[in-house]
Amino acid sequence: MSSEATQRTLSLTINGQPAQVAEGTLVAAAVLASGQTVFRQSISGQPRGPLCGMGICFECRLSIDGQAHRRSCQIVCREGMEISTDVA
Amino acid sequence: MTTLICDVAVVGAGIVGAACARALARDGLRVLVIDARPAGSGATAAGMGHLVVMDDSEPQFALNRYSQQLWAELRPELPREVEYESCGTLWVAADDEELVEVHRKQAFFAARNVDAQALSPRELAQAEPNLRPGLAGGLRVPGDAVIYPPCAAQWLLDDAVRRGARTMIGSEVRSLTGHEVTLADGTRVSAGSTVNAAGCAAPRLTAGLEVRPRKGHLVITDRYPGYVRHQLIELGYLKSAHGSHQDSVAFNVQPRATGQLLIGSSRQFDVTDPAVEPRMVRRMIDRALEYLPGLARLSAVRTWTGFRAATPDALPLIGPHLAEPGLFLATGHEGLGITTSLGTAELLAAQIAGRTPAIPAEAYLPERLARSAVHV
Amino acid sequence: MSLERYDVLVVGAGPAGLAAACAAAEQGSHRVAVVDDNPSAGGQIWRGEAGRPKSPSAAQWLERVRASRLTMLAGAQVVDRPEPGRLLLETDAGPREIGYQKLILATGARELFLPFPAWTLPNVTGAGGLQALVKGGLPIQGKRVVVAGSGPLLLAVAVALREHGAIVRVVAEQAPWSKLLRFGVGLAFTAREKVQQAVGLWGKLSGVRLLSGTWPVAAEGNGRLEQVTLTNGRRRWHEPCDYLACGFGLVANLELPLLLGCGTAGGFVTVDSMQQTNQVDVYACGELTGIGGLEKSLVEGQIAGYSAAGREDRASELFAEREKARRFAGALGQAFALREELRKLATPETIVCRCEDVTAGRLAAQPDARTAKLQTRCGMGPCQGRVCGAATSFLYGWPCEPSVRPPIFPVATENMVAR
Repeated sequence: MSSEATQRTLSLTINGQPAQVAEGTLVAAAVLASGQTVFRQSISGQPRGPLCGMGICFECRLSIDGQAHRRSCQIVCREGMEISTDVA
Repeated sequence: MTTLICDVAVVGAGIVGAACARALARDGLRVLVIDARPAGSGATAAGMGHLVVMDDSEPQFALNRYSQQLWAELRPELPREVEYESCGTLWVAADDEELVEVHRKQAFFAARNVDAQALSPRELAQAEPNLRPGLAGGLRVPGDAVIYPPCAAQWLLDDAVRRGARTMIGSEVRSLTGHEVTLADGTRVSAGSTVNAAGCAAPRLTAGLEVRPRKGHLVITDRYPGYVRHQLIELGYLKSAHGSHQDSVAFNVQPRATGQLLIGSSRQFDVTDPAVEPRMVRRMIDRALEYLPGLARLSAVRTWTGFRAATPDALPLIGPHLAEPGLFLATGHEGLGITTSLGTAELLAAQIAGRTPAIPAEAYLPERLARSAVHV
Repeated sequence: MSLERYDVLVVGAGPAGLAAACAAAEQGSHRVAVVDDNPSAGGQIWRGEAGRPKSPSAAQWLERVRASRLTMLAGAQVVDRPEPGRLLLETDAGPREIGYQKLILATGARELFLPFPAWTLPNVTGAGGLQALVKGGLPIQGKRVVVAGSGPLLLAVAVALREHGAIVRVVAEQAPWSKLLRFGVGLAFTAREKVQQAVGLWGKLSGVRLLSGTWPVAAEGNGRLEQVTLTNGRRRWHEPCDYLACGFGLVANLELPLLLGCGTAGGFVTVDSMQQTNQVDVYACGELTGIGGLEKSLVEGQIAGYSAAGREDRASELFAEREKARRFAGALGQAFALREELRKLATPETIVCRCEDVTAGRLAAQPDARTAKLQTRCGMGPCQGRVCGAATSFLYGWPCEPSVRPPIFPVATENMVAR
């Protein structure tokens, strides 16, 4: 996020793969940073990712710690979080 | 001042009115369908869209069963938007008393050639893994289905138009007799017969109609494909549908094709305010959680209300009005209007044409209420 | 559930809400709280400033917030107003009811999205949307970005992205140069500091093509964005890029005001001189009453806060400043009005309602908004029309204001109603 060396890093998993992110990173940003641009499938199966960045479009929904349909642009990463993109 | 002429004027473009219009147009009659609001935008839009066989009484069963067969025959013509899904119904028994009901229903259906399988607790859990453990069993009725009613109503209306019917959507009706409809803008429609299919608004057009609004709430969730596979109903549903004049809730959850869950149901008499009532929603959700505890953490996207048109004896009014020659009624379907719309349409068309209907129609005739003293 | 009560409850922790809360709290005797669903205060324009404020106004106001002993309830989503004087919130710790005497709505605005072919591809985002993601930790160094759409936000976004290392290829503003020039000249007379701000932003964008009268006609890519086709009405060309940050202006977040029964006009909440709505004890300020940017939000927030605290005298001292801010808002609306060509970008296959995948072709065939909603389910998905509502209003002339029922935002089923 910035060049401040004093920021803590957190460990979490994205689709089963370990990832390290700076403290304060939004889940949506962490997923994009990991190279995953597709967050979910639309109702007719199209690939979708974040649009509005402010919690109103619902395109950034992910499973976080087993709970589906969390708006990832409104949630800050926490240590040990398990994040899955919806590929069902 | 304009005067229009037709053979039959149908007031109400909900699913019942639309189905009637289609059946009448198919008989070659010049049909005009009138509604102040878009087709299927009233109770039709508010409900769950369940196509179900019911066994509360022989006439109720007969009309539902007949209608269900008509839906099955119609299915190949219906477009994708109608979302016809043969998910079946699963009646859930919470205790031994309700288990007795399972077996009674199963015998009733079996005797009338409706496929229905009693499920043990283990089979119930296999059929619906998200139901809580400890339930007594269930009854699966695989022939039941689910549709999306607004698109079904529109398709039925469009089919009526393809057969020559005309529509006046956006026109409010001021008054209705057996041979004339007067619109709010002064237009008069002269008709051989008229049909009051206006649901909860029916009593406003025909004085003395014993149709009362029964408010219901629904909640829809985000997509959870496979969470629930059948239409789930608790066996206490029947106690609620018949009961009294008090507010009641019952467990009733439906899966949509998208994987969204529709959560119901509630009933209130004598409330006309459409506002969502937190108290009723709380009771309804709590009841649902007693059967599907995992529902608690699923995301609820929207709530809304609707009004069912209810009659004193839980059967619809289909047939000629006693005192007003030319006027027919097709209303009062309570929570079964989606299913019985097609059967209603066939009975009504037969009555107007003077044919023998495919099933006996006496039990639904409006005159029965004048004769009998049964008022629940 | 015991009830926390506040004298003044503010919904929205952007500039308007913070200004309102400070104004009310600084009157001493009032218990004041601010509710916001974001993890920290600042709304959109001051996003990320809470920790290390970069802008002087953010720093100043955030300091005032700290000093004023008001209660900040971040990460709290308003679900419903179950009865007058009470809001139901959803938080990570579960549902929470809050009582209030006076309610100040400062729920701000969201971006106006217009559909065009392949706008649903991953890596096509809002302009403010991409900025929010970058501020939230998305690495953008070395990524090629096209910024497009409309409004002063585009320049601010381009500058911010550049500061984070993005390669901003072009900023494409749909408004024609003639309107922008007129707007700029008008500002030179009435709001010189704004011209200086704009020139300052422009200065930070050397090497970036700043194009007026230019808009996107299509995004292209296989599974994700690869290029954008732009046009100026005369010719078309392709811009290869990694991100398209595109927003066509701002739309007020009316859901909570509508739920409360507040009167609205033209997409904004109507208020009197004290920022009061037609609902007793309910105020509205900032973008909710008209898109006007930071100064309007700050001054209207203060007026609402003073007024809610019973200090109408202090509120009236700010009327002249508010008038100036509203004139700026009016000029903004005129300068950045959306051009006709934008109505025709969508082809019949273009998705308009993203929640339900409803295409423009299906919608164009519908006679009215209600029929469209029932027949196609447009607007009935999780976003409840927040994305498609303004677009369908612009494309088909349908009314943009839905009847709002609780929950205002999706909520865990068990939290829909407090016990």
